[in-house]
Amino acid sequence: MAGAHLSEGVDYSRWDPIFGKLGWDVFPFQEPVVLVTFIAVVLGGLAVLGILTYFRVWRYLWSEWFTSIDHKKIGIMYMVLALVMLLRGFADALLMRIQQAWTASGGAGYLEPHHYDQIFTAHGMIMIFFVAMPFITGLMNFVMPLQIGARDVAFPFLNNFSFWLTTSGAVLVMISLFVGEFATTGWLAYPPLSGIQFSPSVGVDYYIWALQIAGIGTTLSGINLVVTLVKMRAPGMDYMKMPIFCWTALCTNILIVATFPILTATLVLLSLDRYLGTHFFTNDLGGNPMMYVNLIWIWGHPEVYILTLPVFGVYSEIVATFCGKRLFGYTSMVYATLVITILSYLVWLHHFFTMGAGADVNSFFGITTMVISIPTGAKLFNWLFTLYKGRIRFELPMMWTIAFMLTFVIGGMTGVLLAVPPADYVLHNSLFLVAHFHNVIIGGVVFGVFAAMSYWFPKAFGFTLEPFWGKVSFWCWVVGFYLAFMPLYVLGLMGVTRRLSQFEDTFYSGYFITALLGALLIAAGIGAFLIQLFVSIRNKDALRDTTGDPWGGRTLEWSTSSPPPYYNFAFTPKVHQIDAWWHMKSAGYERPTENFEPIHMPRYTATGIIMAGIITVMGFALIWHIWWLALVTLIVTVAYAIDHTFNYNRDYYVQADEVAKIEGGRSQLLIAGAKES
Amino acid sequence: MSTEQSADAVEFYVRSEQHDGEEHHHETGTMLGFWVYLMSDCLIFGSLFAVYAVLGQNYAAGPSPADLFEIEMILVSTFMLLFSSITYGFSVLRMEKGDLKGMQLWLIVTGLFGLAFLGLEVKEFTHLWHLGATPMASAFLSSFYALVGTHGLHVTVGCIWLVVLMTQLQLHGITPENKRRVLCLSMFWHFLDLIWIGVFSFVYLAGVLV
Amino acid sequence: MKFVKHALLLTVASLLSGCNMVVMSPSGDIAQQQSDLIVYATILMLIVVLPVMALTVFFAIKYRSSNKEAAYEPDWHHSTSLEIVIWAVPMAIILCLAGLTWVATHRLDPYQPLSRISVDKSIDETVEPLVIQAVAMDWKWLFIYPEYGIATVNEAAAPVDRPIRFEITSSTVMNSLYIPALAGQIYAMAGMQTELNAVLNHPGEFKGFGANYSGLGFTHMNFKFHGIDDAGFEKWVDKVRDGAEQDLGRHEFLVLDQPTISHPVTYYGSVDPELWTAVINQCVDENELCQNDMMMVDALGGGGLKGLTMRELFAGICTSDNPAGLLTGLQGTENAAVSETGTRKLSLVKLDLNAFGLPDASQRRHATEKN
Repeated sequence: MAGAHLSEGVDYSRWDPIFGKLGWDVFPFQEPVVLVTFIAVVLGGLAVLGILTYFRVWRYLWSEWFTSIDHKKIGIMYMVLALVMLLRGFADALLMRIQQAWTASGGAGYLEPHHYDQIFTAHGMIMIFFVAMPFITGLMNFVMPLQIGARDVAFPFLNNFSFWLTTSGAVLVMISLFVGEFATTGWLAYPPLSGIQFSPSVGVDYYIWALQIAGIGTTLSGINLVVTLVKMRAPGMDYMKMPIFCWTALCTNILIVATFPILTATLVLLSLDRYLGTHFFTNDLGGNPMMYVNLIWIWGHPEVYILTLPVFGVYSEIVATFCGKRLFGYTSMVYATLVITILSYLVWLHHFFTMGAGADVNSFFGITTMVISIPTGAKLFNWLFTLYKGRIRFELPMMWTIAFMLTFVIGGMTGVLLAVPPADYVLHNSLFLVAHFHNVIIGGVVFGVFAAMSYWFPKAFGFTLEPFWGKVSFWCWVVGFYLAFMPLYVLGLMGVTRRLSQFEDTFYSGYFITALLGALLIAAGIGAFLIQLFVSIRNKDALRDTTGDPWGGRTLEWSTSSPPPYYNFAFTPKVHQIDAWWHMKSAGYERPTENFEPIHMPRYTATGIIMAGIITVMGFALIWHIWWLALVTLIVTVAYAIDHTFNYNRDYYVQADEVAKIEGGRSQLLIAGAKES
Repeated sequence: MSTEQSADAVEFYVRSEQHDGEEHHHETGTMLGFWVYLMSDCLIFGSLFAVYAVLGQNYAAGPSPADLFEIEMILVSTFMLLFSSITYGFSVLRMEKGDLKGMQLWLIVTGLFGLAFLGLEVKEFTHLWHLGATPMASAFLSSFYALVGTHGLHVTVGCIWLVVLMTQLQLHGITPENKRRVLCLSMFWHFLDLIWIGVFSFVYLAGVLV
Repeated sequence: MKFVKHALLLTVASLLSGCNMVVMSPSGDIAQQQSDLIVYATILMLIVVLPVMALTVFFAIKYRSSNKEAAYEPDWHHSTSLEIVIWAVPMAIILCLAGLTWVATHRLDPYQPLSRISVDKSIDETVEPLVIQAVAMDWKWLFIYPEYGIATVNEAAAPVDRPIRFEITSSTVMNSLYIPALAGQIYAMAGMQTELNAVLNHPGEFKGFGANYSGLGFTHMNFKFHGIDDAGFEKWVDKVRDGAEQDLGRHEFLVLDQPTISHPVTYYGSVDPELWTAVINQCVDENELCQNDMMMVDALGGGGLKGLTMRELFAGICTSDNPAGLLTGLQGTENAAVSETGTRKLSLVKLDLNAFGLPDASQRRHATEKN
């Protein structure tokens, strides 16, 4: 049988009872690129640790953030995780673009195929699971409870634990950079390529356990947020009065709960194939690799909507706010979201029309895919008619929204094109496809996340983001995106397939160099965003938002202070209409300043971070076949979880006078702010 | 809207939450959350059933269910699990009566039935393994072990949870928190029973009848 | 109307062909129809996409906050007639597109024999399609021409205007056979056969490659596909035959199956006629039980515990005249063996098949090959 890869290197068939497959040669420092990265990461890491130690913030970070069960802080930590991983994922993207432009111009390139294959696998996997997902989860965590007038999520400890599980997965991916290697299979790790026969290294095991641990975190967070939305809405807020973002969050979390278990099961089966030698997805003894492709896409396609639905919600909130106008067609927006949620289950086969299913099956899935563009189109029209007869203020969030509307329709169009099976036969696996999904994920999700960050940043930190560098970032991103991906559409039509580490033809040179320039421009955009953060923090006093409502918002999160107190609302709001805060403002709502009551709140706990830490070690032990360590950590995890259930003392009451003190502080701020203006 | 209502100032916040009963609020959240978890777990089993449906007849020229399953023994273990669900129900009834002792007793019986079920399953697996019918032998056996084994793993977790819960009941008595936990485990236990009925009819019965 | 369509088609086509887009200006009729479909679908969608983009820009400019002239209606949020339009327009477009998809997917089903050679040339019923059997390997393509009894590695050719039927499989991981100038791609998967029917209308030298990532040597898994006239094709076949240094049998296949990167073009002057069946059934190595035999046994209820250790017993059962009878016979031997030892435990006694009037495995396989 045709065997594994040909590259010389670590012998992954060895095993030692104490160190498993570990050995001194697993540190791939003979590769200069890795060595430089390693040194950079170590130096950067040491610098960060040094600064943290110098300013003595460890204790603060631990007691106020890492062990926090406050949904706002957890939301912010998700965003930070996503930003950090964005840097990693984007570095991968740059490495690939440089290699492509270099080899397409007749050069030899600087990346071995074995290294290049790891980079595109890691890029895809990181961008989806550790950038897009934490961004989305972080947004939902931060915004949704505030919008429904709740004081926290339904299961605050679980929320903290979910976050640390996601981080645990990210840590494992990062470790793979320097200990051993990552998968060389593509981001969905199709077997038989990802099976033990063709991928005997630990790469796929890193992939499996990072995903498995993060995926379980995501499932738990999904359950948590569904229950929060169902059970903890403020009195009076029935479903048809929820802000659109909450609707999209509800649908997304239902999708998470209904699809991530399939991913979990699929990955378990793949692990069994790799660890035990079973025959689920092997070529021989009755295994069926096509089943993996089906299962992974039954999860994978709804995953696309898990990412896009909440940003549709973000845009809806932003359009309404910055047009100073109620969202057009709220009801049809809700139904469109629901229709997309349901249809997203019926389209998975469009990812592999070329597998040879019959014409009936292919056209069925092609048409269901196109049908999704009907509610999506309706959404777009709704935003469009919200602009109509509005008073549009072109603040940063609104600029991102307009850029999204113009960019996303192109991505949507090429998506429908790919849904026509015979067209897909010529475009499948090509750079056209790559351009398409970057078009919808950057033009949709990333733009939306940046819009959301500039929109809700003042709510989270109490000061607005400095607009100049934000606009620099915006233009770099938008122009960079078009430069980077429009050439890829053309290359796809030239029949260039994806995942090639070298190009023998210099004919494509111009296109790849343009794409590289685009990527560099996006890098500048990310840089400008970081500068924006830095400048804003430095000028935070000048940018301070004392009102709690800097944009003239419409939903409940703007009714409380910026940043909100840890209990969110001194009194639980009562809701009568859509856009509750708009209604409150127009009805002359007076903020209550007395008769405060004690507030019931959960306690912080370190259980989540410690348990996730142990699970990270377990993942590492499983990846390297260090069985004793895996067993020990498993037992410790179970014991620790059981021990946690013996703690009945998990909540407390914030006393009324403390609430009065905090709310009094806000009153003074409001008065001071009113005087200034 | 009547004129009288609109004349009233609209209330924009809850003035007093003391009578709102937040405790109750939270409990129903837990039950819903656990139920949603069970549904997601159900999807894991759904995937495994689907995998079994696809691979279940790929014997790789090896043994088929008819060659391997001893339906009488499976029937016995099925009854073990069914009885355990009933005895769990008795325990919940005792709990409603506030009878801690009776409750504990029925929980012990439930646990014993659960252990008996697990024991029979281990016996079956070792028997098959000795015959050479390991999960590595064919896709059918891979999917069989994955499905039945995952269920067994769940029952094991259920048994551990049962012991933990009995300890907590001993420590704190029938408190609202403990009641909630008993009801969650009850859902879990009955859920596993339902899954087993699926396994029994879909894997074992269908396997030997064909 | 028709004029507008043609004008649009021409503009789009010329815009796209300007940069050598093989997908949009291919040399085979199937690929041509696929590219036309892309153009039609794009035009259909532009009907709604362009106005949306234009309106977005227009509204954004007109209703900017600095323009105090523009109307401002903060509470306007619903209009039934507008909502109907909003849903109906995309629906109408998708309905058209769905119809187009259904028809095109059925007409361009890669498994269907061709219905025409090109727009102005109908099919000649007397000409059989040229069968090319393609095997995706690590990391090269093997092409077998059963009609000519030759095989090539990393090079293929076909006569212009003669229908081609690719039969595609893989001896390793999943891949995808794609010759953009000829037709769309189809996956290559081990243990099964996929099909692709296509025809080349213009001569030339075209690129073909594996389009589904398959590991380390994937980048270099490409080949030249020559489109030549009938005489030239005969010459090419002769070239392969004469240039061949070896024949392709089971042994040579197993050697070739070892992973290599940038494998040189290789010719085989003759091919073992049983090889293709063996490749699909993953039993080129004669120690392996063929998939079809295994599936036959499974369809008949499995091979029993004996199958765990003696799978080779079932070799040739699929192609025998009476598979069920043969299996019963074989199981009879097991029962006999079991009853002799008197236990339920599997007995691995060497079975004397001849005693039951059954040929042994190797004889059966031999007989199959003769058939």
